[in-house]
Order: sequence, then C-alpha cells, then structure tokens
Amino acid sequence: MVESVIGRDSTPVPTTLRDDFISAYRWMVLARVLDDKLASLYRGGKIFGGVFLGRGQEALSVSVGVSLRKGDVFAPLIRDAAGRLAFGETILDSVRTYFGSSLGPMRGRDGNVHRGRPKEGLLAMISHLGAMISVVNGTLLARRFQGVKETVGAACIGDGATSTGSFHEALNQAAIEKLPLVLVVADNQYAYSTPSSRQFACASLVDKAQGYGVEGHSVDGTDLVACLRVLKDAVSRARAGQGPQLVVASLLRLCGHGEHDDAHYVDPKFKQSALGRDCMKVAEEHLLRQNWAGASVLETWRLDAVQKVDEAVARVQREPAPDPFKEDWYALSAKHLHEGQAGA
Amino acid sequence: MRSLPSTFTRARPEPERGGTPIPYPPRMSITYLEAIREAQARALAEDSRVFIYGQDVGSFGGAFKATKNLFQEFPGRVIDAPISEDAMVGAAIGATLEGMRPIIEMQFADFSTTGFNQIVNHAATMFWRTKIPCPVTIRLPCGGTEGGGPFHSQSLEAIYAHYPGLVVMTPATVEDAYSMLLEAVAIDDPVIFCEHKFLYYHLKAPKLPTEALPTGKARIAREGRDMTIVTYSAMLHEALAVASELAMEGIEVEVVDLRTIKPLDTDTVIASVARTGRLLCVGEAWPWGGVTAEVIARVASEAFGLLDAPPVRLNAKDTPVPYHPELWKTHRPTAQTILASARKLLDL
Repeated sequence: MVESVIGRDSTPVPTTLRDDFISAYRWMVLARVLDDKLASLYRGGKIFGGVFLGRGQEALSVSVGVSLRKGDVFAPLIRDAAGRLAFGETILDSVRTYFGSSLGPMRGRDGNVHRGRPKEGLLAMISHLGAMISVVNGTLLARRFQGVKETVGAACIGDGATSTGSFHEALNQAAIEKLPLVLVVADNQYAYSTPSSRQFACASLVDKAQGYGVEGHSVDGTDLVACLRVLKDAVSRARAGQGPQLVVASLLRLCGHGEHDDAHYVDPKFKQSALGRDCMKVAEEHLLRQNWAGASVLETWRLDAVQKVDEAVARVQREPAPDPFKEDWYALSAKHLHEGQAGA
Repeated sequence: MRSLPSTFTRARPEPERGGTPIPYPPRMSITYLEAIREAQARALAEDSRVFIYGQDVGSFGGAFKATKNLFQEFPGRVIDAPISEDAMVGAAIGATLEGMRPIIEMQFADFSTTGFNQIVNHAATMFWRTKIPCPVTIRLPCGGTEGGGPFHSQSLEAIYAHYPGLVVMTPATVEDAYSMLLEAVAIDDPVIFCEHKFLYYHLKAPKLPTEALPTGKARIAREGRDMTIVTYSAMLHEALAVASELAMEGIEVEVVDLRTIKPLDTDTVIASVARTGRLLCVGEAWPWGGVTAEVIARVASEAFGLLDAPPVRLNAKDTPVPYHPELWKTHRPTAQTILASARKLLDL
C-alpha cells in the first residue's frame, strides 16, 4: 500500500513564496504531462471509456491540493489531476483506474476520474454534478461529532454544477452548520458545450456567496500566484472556524469536455483574452522573470515528470485486467444479505 | 428465531431515582410508532456512532413523533435538517466514511425521490466501488392513509429494491418494526426502512421483542394448506383478516410475511407454495415491475411444477394515490378485494 500513502508529508515543507510556487508548479507539470499521456493513449485506443483533462485548470487545482493538509478531506472533480497529485494521489492510482487495472483502487469496477481513497480523505466522485459537496459536509459533520478539530474539506466543481439542486442544498447545508467547507468553482466558460450565459444569469458566481451567507473569493484561475494566495487564505479561514468559503476562479478550459470532444464551439474571443492564457505558461514566465528557475531547470523538471509518467504507464500496461470469474459480484458488504443468500 | 444483535441486547439502564424523569413509562402496550422510537433510542444509547438527521426531528420530535424526546435525551445527536433530501443523504454518506452510522428520517417516503440520486447512485454503489461499507439507515414513512393523497401515500420499496447495493425492509408488526430497525442500524450496508404510516397508531403489541428472525428471512404469519398469500407491510393485516374469514368456511390459507423485500426469501415462499399449490401475491404498491411481480416471476420460473393454478397478484391501481377516502379504499387492495381474489383462485 506504499503507493496509497498521502505523500506530501515526506516532501520538505515550503517555507517561502518561492518554494511554495515551485512545489506547486512541479505538481502542475506532472499533471499536464500525465494528462497529455492519457490523451495520447486515448487516441491510440488504449483507454476504455473517456479521458477528461484538466488542461488550463492546473493552477487552480494544484492550489487546492497544496493548501490542504494530510488528514483533510478532498473531493476533486474531473479536471483535478494537479490537485489530486498535490494532495497525495499517486500517478499509479490514476493510470490504473484509467486502464481498469485490477490492482488500482477501483479494481476495474469504476474508471477514469471516478477514483479515490476515501479512508485517506480522497473521495471517489460519482458523475452526478454537485453530489460530492454534501458528502464532504457529512465527513465534516462526523468529525465534529468525533471532536476532530482544525479539519477542512474541499470540493471542486465547475460552473455547470452550480445550476444543480445538489449545489444549492449542500452549500446551504454547510452554511447552516457552519462547516469548514471550501467549495471551489472553476468557471471555465463552458459546461460541456453550454456557455456560461446559458448556465447562470448573475454577474459572477461569487455573488452567490452572499445569498448563502458564506464568504466568497474571486480569483484569476490562470495565475498561480493569485490562486495560491486565495486558496491558502480560504482554507485557513475555514480551518479557523470562519465557516464555508466559496472560491470562484475565472479561466478557460483549454481542451474539450473529454478527449472525444474537439471543442469547436469555444468562442475564439475567449482564447485570445486573458481568460484563455495557459496557466502553465503564465507560471513558467513567472519563474523565469523572478529568476527562480532557468529554462534548463524547467526542462529538467519536465523530463523528470515524463519519466515518472512513462514508468507508471509501462508498469500498469503489464498489470492484469480484472477477471470476471474472480469477481464475487456482491454489491453488499453483508454477503449473507446478497440476493439468493438470505434465509439460507 | 435468534437474539437481537449483541450490541442491542442489553437492557435499557433504569434511570436513578430522583434523576431525569423516565421518558418511557412502563406500558401495557406499545404501538408500531413507539417501537420505532424505542429502537432509535436504544441505538443512540448503545452506539455513539449513531445520529439522527431529518426534517423536524429535533425538539419537535418529528412529523409523526418518531423521534419524540430523543433530541433532549441525546443532545447534539438528533439534528434538524433543512428541506434538502439530497444533501441529507449526501451528508449521511460522508458521515459513514468517517465511521458514523446515521439514521435519516424522510418525512414521507414520497419525498425520498428528491434524495434518490444520493441513495441509489452513491450510497448503494459505495461498497462495490471502494470496499468501504456505507451503513446508513433511511427511514421511509410509507403507504396510504385516509386523505394522504398523491404525495403523502406512496409505497416505493420496489424502486429501491431495483438497485443493487441496498437492503429494503418492510416490517409489518410492532415486533419487526423494533427489531428490524435495530438490525438496519447494525447492518454495514445502506438500508431502506419502509415503515407503514397506517400501522403507526393502529398496531399494538404487549411488549418489545427480545429476539427476532434473521434479516432476509420471511415469516409464516399463519399456517394453512389450501393456498398461500405472500405479502408484506400493512397488507399483511388485510391478508390475515381474509385468512380468518376463510377459516370459518374450513379453508386454510397460509400467509407469508416477507419482512424484507430485498433480499427476498424465495425459499420460504416456494416451500409454502409446495404445501398449498396456489399463490396469491398482495402489495399496496403499484403493479408494474413491483414486489408481487418479482415473487410470481420467481415462483413461476423456479417452482412452476408446484403450482396447481396460475399465480395471481393484487396491487394498487396504476394511478397516483387518490385523496378522498372513498377513492383511496378502492385504489389499494383491501380485505374485501383480497378475499374476492382468493375465492377466485380457490375455485380454479
């Protein structure tokens, strides 16, 4: 179970803005390289089902992951490779779930982004948007019962999920219970192909914070410096007992909804605007401008990520597929209550 | 019969003299509703992981008073929820991941449909997907009452039974209401606990039980050799009335109370049909794809040769549940209509 250990505690604790930034940036690089690899495997017909990338959302996602502590709760969504890695998910867990490996956390029973290790605080999302928020609330309620202090739960959603009843119910619930929930909305302009203008009519989604009686924060989702500052602040405030925090990041999804989608519908004006900046490039420019790293160092980091990803993919491709004849086909943990077993 | 789960077999501690007033005065009889309340009190008293979450369950004691005084007796563990069934169930699921064993009260079974997604797609899939059990008990006050109408009368056991990963209980007696609710809390999987509102006040027993049949085991509520009526929940009592009526004519009807509809105790049903050769299946829910259809499908496919006549089923009419008592009485099966069906089946 070595791969399953949430591993950030083994890395040096960043002490300066520079170290923080570099640490986050390197998770972003790893996430981008992993995403690109999964996309190419998908195009090569090696992946069952869809592939969903976080391209363009790494700065926001990683900021959630690095702002949480070991022991916190994190419910990532489909574009959170960076946040997952920073929180402690391994590359192997990701690749194994995409390949349906019997050794992965979902054992081929569920795939791609529907993975997690709930006992380690990493919840396994279901596809129904907004559904994870109240589940995070429940973990936090339980911790309150158990007297666990200074814990935080974060849930990531997109602009589309803010239209669901689940979003409303859960944010309201968190506000009533004053739970340490950090709800992070990536307003990436499109929910699949539906533009934000067909999703909501308020000026900004952060306006909703006031309606629910929670604190709201806006951030430029293409700017890692800003994302780190805002997410760290929001997580600190939740941890300090300030109640739920709604963070709304503006950015553009730099890929299709999934790799099956060419995203032809994305308005070119977004791509040319500040929203359409690639957060990776923005972060790299910052590193170079601050003299925190040179081009050759950046390349070393990228190659290091490529090697890690290639190793994981090569390993998983040799792993066994799940065997239908070894499956127990029990949906209940109480096996004696499985249909056909009862009363026997 | 077997004893109730070990954690639930200890006697309730007697309050000390001069201490907190006893909220449970010794009774000559106890109702189905009180049994549900007592089971929850006991679960809360004996397991610190248990809490109750639902609308109006707190100081108000619940719309039907199924949590009466529990808020006062168990401070902080009986929590009023906003009108948010989806978030209620979602939070319960999250709490189970942290080791808790929540009881969710839906104010009416009908409203569980707004929490349906979390129940069938999240709670029901959790163990299968992640290996982590999801011990949530969801109480559904179900079934019709006079004046209940389309949205306060539904019997939804079949739609929950359709989904893998859920246990669905339909207690018909005071004793089962008590022991099965304790079992529901003790089971590591999500349990849909369908408690019938019509039985809340009407049904009484002399005392709470100390032992119970295992979960998933049906009960022969009355023995007979001429025909079998398979039923559950409130319809059990209609069926028993029919059996008494026919007994006066020398016809012995065997009545099987399913108790849980998932898992369904096919063995007990088939064993009964083997004795009687005739099967009538009665349910208060709608007919399409329901419990009666499932029972008959199993008997027809697994024990066709035991049948002396085509199996018959009786359900509510395939319309929403009507409001006016005269319409409602005709909408669902009653002793009268069950008797007519039974006579027809006996004549075949």
